[in-house]
Amino acid sequence: MADTMQFDLVSPERSLASASATEVLIPGAEGDLTAMPDHAPTITTLRPGFLKVVSDGATKEYLVVGGFAEITSTSVSVLAEKAFSREAVTRDEVQAILTEAEERRSDHSGHERDMSDRFVADLVHMLDLMA
Amino acid sequence: MPSLKDLKNRIESVKSTRKITKAMQMVAAAKLRRAQEAAEASRPYTERFNAVMAGLSAAAAGSDSAPRLLSGTGSEAVHLLVVMTAERGLCGGFNSSIVKLARAKVHELQRAGKTVKILTVGKKGRDQLRRDFGSLMVGHVDLTAVKRLSYADAQGIAKDVLGRFDSAEFDVATIFFSRFQSVISQIPTEQQIIPAKFEDQGEGASATVYDYEPGEEEILADLLPRGVATQIFSALLENGASEQGSRMAAMDNATRNAGEMIEKLTIQYNRSRQAAITNELIEIISGAEAL
Repeated sequence: MADTMQFDLVSPERSLASASATEVLIPGAEGDLTAMPDHAPTITTLRPGFLKVVSDGATKEYLVVGGFAEITSTSVSVLAEKAFSREAVTRDEVQAILTEAEERRSDHSGHERDMSDRFVADLVHMLDLMA
Repeated sequence: MPSLKDLKNRIESVKSTRKITKAMQMVAAAKLRRAQEAAEASRPYTERFNAVMAGLSAAAAGSDSAPRLLSGTGSEAVHLLVVMTAERGLCGGFNSSIVKLARAKVHELQRAGKTVKILTVGKKGRDQLRRDFGSLMVGHVDLTAVKRLSYADAQGIAKDVLGRFDSAEFDVATIFFSRFQSVISQIPTEQQIIPAKFEDQGEGASATVYDYEPGEEEILADLLPRGVATQIFSALLENGASEQGSRMAAMDNATRNAGEMIEKLTIQYNRSRQAAITNELIEIISGAEAL
C-alpha cells in the first residue's frame, strides 16, 4: 500500500497546490471526511470550511468555498470555486463572501433557502475560527 | 501635385501613426502573455470539472429525473445566443468574425422557424448586431470596467443566463466566442451550454465507480449551474487571449504598412525637391544667358 497520494487544489483562476500528501481533511457537504491513500473512490460537494493537508508531517491549511472533491485510491483533487491559503486570507475577504451570500439568501425559498442558510452559517462559523 | 510642405506634413503624420501602432502592438503583446497565462491557469480546473461532469451526466442522462439543465426543457423553440466580443476595436477581424458566425446562426435558426434572443457581452458585438437584430436583443453585459477577468465576472453572466432559463425565457443557450489557436489564428466557435454537453475525455474517468456524497442527483444539481459558469469563464479567457493576439497581428500589419507608406512618400518628396531645384537652376542659367 502506497503511503502517499497525489493532492491537487485548483480554483478556476489558478492551481493553488499540487503535492503528495499522506492525509487530507475535506469539509464535505455531509460532514468532514479524511481521505488517506486507498480511500474508496468518492465525489463529494464541499461546504465552506478549512481543508487540511498533511504531507511529510507538516500540515497546511486552505480555506475553500464551493465546489467539490474527487477522491480516488491514489489521488485527491479538490476543485473549489474560491480557495485561499490560510495564511494569505483576511477576514475582510471572507466577510465579503458572507455579505454576498446573505444578500442572495433572500432570493431563495424552500430547499434552496435551507442550503443558503447553511452556507451562511458555515461562513459565520469559519469567521469565528479565524478570530 | 502636392507641395513640398504638404508632403513633409504627410510624412510626419504617418510617422506618428506608426509610433502609435507600434506602441499598441507592444501593449497587446504584453497583455497577450498575461491573457495566455490566465487561460493556462484555468485549464486544470476546467479539464477536471468536465471529466467529472462527463461521467456524472452520462450516468444521469438516461433517468427521467435528470435536471433540466442537462436534459433540456423538451422543446427547442427559443434559442438564446450569448455573443462574446471585445470592448474595444482595432483588433483586426476579431469582433467581425464572431459576429459573422452569430449572424449566420440567427438566419439559420430563423429559417427553421425558431425564436432567437441575443445576449451580448462586450460593446463591439452589441453595436454590430444592433443594426440587424435590434429587436432580438434581450440584454447586454458590460465588462468595460473589468481590468482583470475574474471568475466572479463569469459567475455574473452565468447568473443572468440561469435566471432567464429558470423563468423559461429560452430552451437552448449557445455561446459564441473565439478560440485562441495562435497569434495569427483565432477560430470563431459556437458552443452549446444549455442543455449541457460535456465532452467525454475518455481517460478512464467514467470507468471508475464513485461513491457520491450527497446523492448523485444532488451533486449534479449543484454542479450543473457551476458548469455553466465554468464554461463561460473559459470562453471569456479564450476570447481575451484571442482579442490580444488579433490586435497584436493587426497592429503589426499597420506598423508595416505605415513604414511602406513613409518610404513611398519620402521618395516622392525627394523627387519633387530635386525637380524644384532643377527648375530653379534652369531659371538662373537662362537668366544669365539672356544678359
